[in-house]
Amino acid sequence: MATDAMAPITSASTPKIKSELLQQRVRAARWFLVPMLIALAIVAGWPLMRSIWFSFTDATLNDLYGAEWVGFGNYLRWQVLESGTVRYRGVLADPDWWNAVWNTVRFAFWSVLWETVLGMIVALVLNAEFRGRGIVRAAILIPWAIPTIVSARMWGWMLNDQFGIINDLGMKLGLLAAPVAWTASADTAMTAVLIVDIWKTTPFMALLILAGLQMIPKDIYEAAEIDGVHPVKQFFKITLPLVRPALMVAIIFRVLDALRIFDLIYVLTPNSRSTKTMSVLAQENLFQFNNFAEGSTQSTLLFLLIAIFTILYIWLGKVNFEGGDR
Amino acid sequence: MGTTFDLWKFTKSAAFYALVLFIVVVSVFPFYYAILTSLKSGTDLFRVTYWPTSLSFDNFRQVFTQGAFPRNLLNSVFVATVTVILALFLAVTASFALSRVRFRGRGLLLMTILAVSMFPQIAVLAGLFEVIRFLGIYNTPWALIFAYTIFTLPFTVWVLTTFMRDLPVEIEEAAIVDGATPWVIITQVFMPLMWPALVTTGLLAFIAAWNEFLFALTFTVSNETRTVPVAIALLSGGSQYEIPWGIIMAASVVVTVPLVALVLVFQRKIVSGLTAGGVKG
Amino acid sequence: MASIELRNIRKSFGAVNVIKGVDLEVRKGEFMVFVGPSGCGKSTLLRLISGLEDITSGEMLFDGKVVNALTPSKRGIAMVFQSYALYPHMTVYENMAFGLKLEKGHSKEAIRQRVEKAADMLQIRQYLDRLPKQLSGGQRQRVAIGRAITRDPKVFLFDEPLSNLDAALRVATRIEIAKLHEGMHDVTMIYVTHDQVEAMTLADRICVLRDGLVEQVGTPMELYEKPDSIFVAGFIGSPKMNFLTGEKAAAFNCTTLGIRGEHMLVKPDGIWEGEVIHTENLGADTYVYLEMGQEEPIVVRLEGAMQHPSGSKLRVSPMEDRIHRFDEAGKPIR
Repeated sequence: MATDAMAPITSASTPKIKSELLQQRVRAARWFLVPMLIALAIVAGWPLMRSIWFSFTDATLNDLYGAEWVGFGNYLRWQVLESGTVRYRGVLADPDWWNAVWNTVRFAFWSVLWETVLGMIVALVLNAEFRGRGIVRAAILIPWAIPTIVSARMWGWMLNDQFGIINDLGMKLGLLAAPVAWTASADTAMTAVLIVDIWKTTPFMALLILAGLQMIPKDIYEAAEIDGVHPVKQFFKITLPLVRPALMVAIIFRVLDALRIFDLIYVLTPNSRSTKTMSVLAQENLFQFNNFAEGSTQSTLLFLLIAIFTILYIWLGKVNFEGGDR
Repeated sequence: MGTTFDLWKFTKSAAFYALVLFIVVVSVFPFYYAILTSLKSGTDLFRVTYWPTSLSFDNFRQVFTQGAFPRNLLNSVFVATVTVILALFLAVTASFALSRVRFRGRGLLLMTILAVSMFPQIAVLAGLFEVIRFLGIYNTPWALIFAYTIFTLPFTVWVLTTFMRDLPVEIEEAAIVDGATPWVIITQVFMPLMWPALVTTGLLAFIAAWNEFLFALTFTVSNETRTVPVAIALLSGGSQYEIPWGIIMAASVVVTVPLVALVLVFQRKIVSGLTAGGVKG
Repeated sequence: MASIELRNIRKSFGAVNVIKGVDLEVRKGEFMVFVGPSGCGKSTLLRLISGLEDITSGEMLFDGKVVNALTPSKRGIAMVFQSYALYPHMTVYENMAFGLKLEKGHSKEAIRQRVEKAADMLQIRQYLDRLPKQLSGGQRQRVAIGRAITRDPKVFLFDEPLSNLDAALRVATRIEIAKLHEGMHDVTMIYVTHDQVEAMTLADRICVLRDGLVEQVGTPMELYEKPDSIFVAGFIGSPKMNFLTGEKAAAFNCTTLGIRGEHMLVKPDGIWEGEVIHTENLGADTYVYLEMGQEEPIVVRLEGAMQHPSGSKLRVSPMEDRIHRFDEAGKPIR
């Protein structure tokens, strides 16, 4: 039975006399949608357009309306000097920008990788039936429930170079020779950020994966056990392929989120060149350094990147809906 | 057989429970440690301990008397509540249209709404700043309520549409036969059936609004208008090197305990809400 | 109060034609049953009459007025759904009063009277304050019927209302529906079922549908005694009519000979001989299945509990005045 309620035809065949019921419902639907759409247009549509617009102008914080069009100048422009060398300017020629891109990609890659692997492990644990399963599920919700800022400060304290418990523990266990300045040192800053993000987000991944795992019928495993298939092999041959659709959706979702990251880095490792992501850089330029146009350019580029991934996500999601379901 | 078999099973079991213990400890420890720290005072702070050694509420007292923290809490509650109510109000009727009425372009519209929730907030920051200044609501809670709609609205529409799609067809048809208009169907037939979904969605949206940082950082600049995340992020001491960790931890605990309690109470609903939005999504 | 007329009604879902041109007249106050195999379109036809589905082409008239464009409530219909479709959050009283409240122009007192009257008719007065989930399946079905009654409709539509009930309850509710019809002479009732026993016992007239078209319309007895096609002959009546072809049919001057199991006599000088392959002993009747070289075994109904061991031979004769003769086109020879 189709769950798609009223199936009156709209386009297929044109009835001689169109039923009032259909008309009434479609009319009502329009009225119901309009307020929401207007709200979205004002809150999202227009600001997005304006932000993109600003990237093509020389706007500054104090003079937003007096901005003049500069085309792609903020993105890339060049001067040919008398000596013949070409000097490139603009965001796409800015090493800071590419450093930020690299940081973002690096962060997204490692965080999603670890969160998927660890999330899978946690999901498998939760999928098993054992006493105290409820406690574990409640426990893992805690990292997710804590606001990012609070997590950043909590971990900042734990990773503190002088008084941090991590250093203390590390040294006591013999893993560290000397206290590490996790958040301050360029080598370890990204690691610190990754630790906190993985701690915070693995539960979410675990829950999404768990939902996918729970859709796999138990009797497949029972049949495999009777056939004498080793549990590890069961995982790779049964679990993984069947959980793949849910897994892919969760991964793309996370990648999108990871590419946008701002809060954690701003608070945990401020002003660290090795963790500055695209969002952080853009925000800085927009509101701290008064490089409004430059910041707009950077945020637009990030938007483009996300847009490409979003289309991928939706396309993949649609494919799953039609193909992945039984 | 015999003893070897039991030993293997025992080891597997032990390893499993060790893993479980590890997961629980890692999840809970930072929170536990924050509570621990917040209960220390003075130089105690600077000694690393793993178990509670002191029980001092100094830090908590300072959190509530110094600075504008109570005001920040109020701001957060106000902003999150109003933004959620607004979003739910707009979303209920919209999701009826999107889930129960077939019209051309519906699929596209749903995808667009989903896409909006994927916007990186930074991408609209500049434009939003302009609009907010234009409306004269800069540095007020209204700026945040306005801005937060960009993610609360698509999210609530998406989740409510999923829930509404699952309501049985016959009940709607019976209502139509009884002479109910779409508005009557929504208010008198569907809403009473949907209020658990509304609670869940509202809760998730509330948490998202509560935790939001970027917009709050950008659109509010004075201590009195700030919300909790920004307040906690910017908590600093007298000099550049003096970070009041005790107070920071105390503030963190104050903010987190109710949230954790809420999440634990509504566990099941939250998990189903998250997966409805995420996996199906 | 209403007569319903369907003129060349067609319905397609996209490229699929479900109703392919139905002409039908339902008389005022009659109990009309739509029967047919799965997929014949009977439920769709009912929904077209109700107004829940759009009519692709053709005209539908209530009392001479074209109603194609009208919403269900404006057509003056009430519907009883297979799954009851009661509002789970409302009490029985509220369920039954809902339609009236929406109609406006009824005082609270008037509504109360109507609801209580309907509740009395169906003996559910004591459940008025309960929620649907506190009731059994049979009680819920009565509430669904009661909800339809309070609206005082011109046309009552039933969409396989007994399918979700167990056998004993089905019989009891069937009797109640029959009594309902007797008590409400002027209300036209249209009932959809796949169960031909329900059709035979409840209907004033039956409309047999197949593949989106009307096969035959008539009273139960007309369909039983004078089926217009092999399909209808085989569909109505339980057990299914026996069909014989070949020599045995030629002996009676037809291509296909139809004879019901209850119209066969076991006689030592019977004209046909068959081998017993199966016997069903139901206490009051016995059904004997004979292999006679036909497509399917021939069923013979015997009264009482008769013993005919498998493998034994039996001679039977059809009752001459009960034979149905069909030509090559499947049309009856009368």
